Amino acid sequence: MAKLRGTGIAAVNYPTGMNLGGDPSQALIHATTSGSFVVSLSSSDLGQGLRTVIGQIAAEALGVAADEIIIDTADTDTGPHCMGTFASRATHRVGNAVKAAALEARAALFAVAAEDLGVCADEIVTDGHGNLVVAGDPGRSIPIAEMATKAQFVYGRTIAGRGSYMKPKSPVDPETGAMDPDSTEAHACTVAEVEVDTETGQVAVLSIRSAYEVGRQVNPALVRGQIVGGAFMGMAHALYETTEPYYPSPEHKPKDFSEYVLPGPAELPEIDAVVLEIPSSNGPYGVKGVGEMTANSPIPAIVNAIYHACGVRIDDLPVTPEKILRGLGAR
Amino acid sequence: MASVIVNFELCGRDVEVLVQPMTTLQSVLRSQLGYTATKEGCRQGGCGSCTVLVDGEPMLSCLLPVEDVAGRRVVTLEGITPIDGLHPIQEAFLESNGFQCGYCTPGMVMVAKALLDHDPRPSREAIAGAISGNLCRCTGYQPIIDAIEKAADRLSGSGEQTGGR
Repeated sequence: MAKLRGTGIAAVNYPTGMNLGGDPSQALIHATTSGSFVVSLSSSDLGQGLRTVIGQIAAEALGVAADEIIIDTADTDTGPHCMGTFASRATHRVGNAVKAAALEARAALFAVAAEDLGVCADEIVTDGHGNLVVAGDPGRSIPIAEMATKAQFVYGRTIAGRGSYMKPKSPVDPETGAMDPDSTEAHACTVAEVEVDTETGQVAVLSIRSAYEVGRQVNPALVRGQIVGGAFMGMAHALYETTEPYYPSPEHKPKDFSEYVLPGPAELPEIDAVVLEIPSSNGPYGVKGVGEMTANSPIPAIVNAIYHACGVRIDDLPVTPEKILRGLGAR
Repeated sequence: MASVIVNFELCGRDVEVLVQPMTTLQSVLRSQLGYTATKEGCRQGGCGSCTVLVDGEPMLSCLLPVEDVAGRRVVTLEGITPIDGLHPIQEAFLESNGFQCGYCTPGMVMVAKALLDHDPRPSREAIAGAISGNLCRCTGYQPIIDAIEKAADRLSGSGEQTGGR
C-alpha cells in the first residue's frame, strides 16, 4: 500500500458560441439627458462578469469613461433579442453587437456635435476626459454630458445606436459532412498532478497548471477568475460530482447538499495558469470566449494523471475510490 | 399556535418581532425586517449562505428559530458595512475578486469576520477550515482564501479592530 504520484496532460480547442452559428445577439444603446449611455440587452450576467466586460467594450467604442455606461439586462421580455449566455459566447457575440451599437450611437453624437460646433463630424474626437474636441483646435470643445442635453432639448434629436451580431448558420453537406463549424476557437492545455492512495482509493489533486490562449483579454482579472473557478469545477466533476448516481439505485440519489458530494476548500489544489493573447479576427477587439472551456481540460488531465500514478484507466466519471480499488484489484 | 413576541439586538439596534413559533431567524431578517443581505441558499444548513453572527459566533440563520436569539446580539452583513464605503474584509474580497455571482459572499464575509475576531493571523489552512461549511460554486475558493488572508494582513497590520458600527 502506497501513495503514488502521477502527472497527466490534456488539451482543449473550444469553439466560441453555438456550433455552426445561427445564434444572434442584439444590443441597443441610447444616451440619457445627462450624457450617460444605457446599453440594453437580454443577455444575463450569471456572475461571470458580462456586465463588466460589456461596459468596457461599450466605453471603448463610444470613447467615454466606463463609469458613464449603464448596463440594463433587466428583462428578456422587453430587451433586444439575445440567444443566451452559454457556450462562452457572450463576450464575443454580445460584445460584437454592443460595439456596433456603440459606433452607431457615437456617429449620432458626433453628427449633432458637428452641427453645434460648426464643423464636419470627422473633425471631432473624444479626449478621454468626457469632452468632444475639434481635432487640432482644443479650444473648441463641448462636454459629452452637455452635448447629450443639448441634443435632446435644443435640437430634438436622439443619440442612439443599434447593433446585431450573428455568424450565419453553416449548412452541413450531407455527403461529406463539410461545414464551417465555428467562428473562433480558444485553446488550452492543462497539466495535473495527483496522488493516489492505493489503500483507500482516494485521489488528491495536488496541482492544476494550465496555459490558455483566449484572444484579447478584455478584463484579465475576470479571465483569471474563470480559469481558477473552472479548474476547481473540473476537479469536482472528475472526482466527486454526478447527477446520476448508480449506487445502489436511482432512488438513493442525493437530494440536498448534505448528500451531494462536493469538494470544499480543503480539497483545493494549487491552481495556476498563464494566458496567451492571440486576437481573433472577428471578435470585438480580438476577443474569443473563456468560460466553459476552463472546466474541460482539467478532467482528462486528472484522469490521465491517475493512470500515470497507478496504472488504472478510468473512463466513467466521477473517479470514485471504489473505481480505483476495483481497477487496482483487476490488475 | 399562538404567535410570540421576541426581542433581540440586531446590528446594534433593539428589535421586537411577532412571529409564529419556530420561524427561522433568516426568514425574520429577510421578510419581516428587510435585512436582505443574508441569503437563502438551501434552507437546511448545507450551504452557509445564511450565516450571521450571534454573540460573535457564526450561525446558520436558516436553522435557528428566532426565539433562540431572544436577548442575544445578532450581526448581519448590514451590521459590519459602513454607511460609506466597505468593511476591510469586503474591500479585500473586492480586490481579490473573491466572488462571481456573489450569492455566497455575505456568508463568507461573516465567517471571515468571526474567524479574524478570534484569530487575527490565521494560516491558509485555518481559513480553509473556517469556510468549509460555506459553498461557493464559482470561484474555486482560492480567491476567497486570498481575500481573507489579505484582510487579516490589513486588519492586524493596522491594529484596527474588525468591530462593526
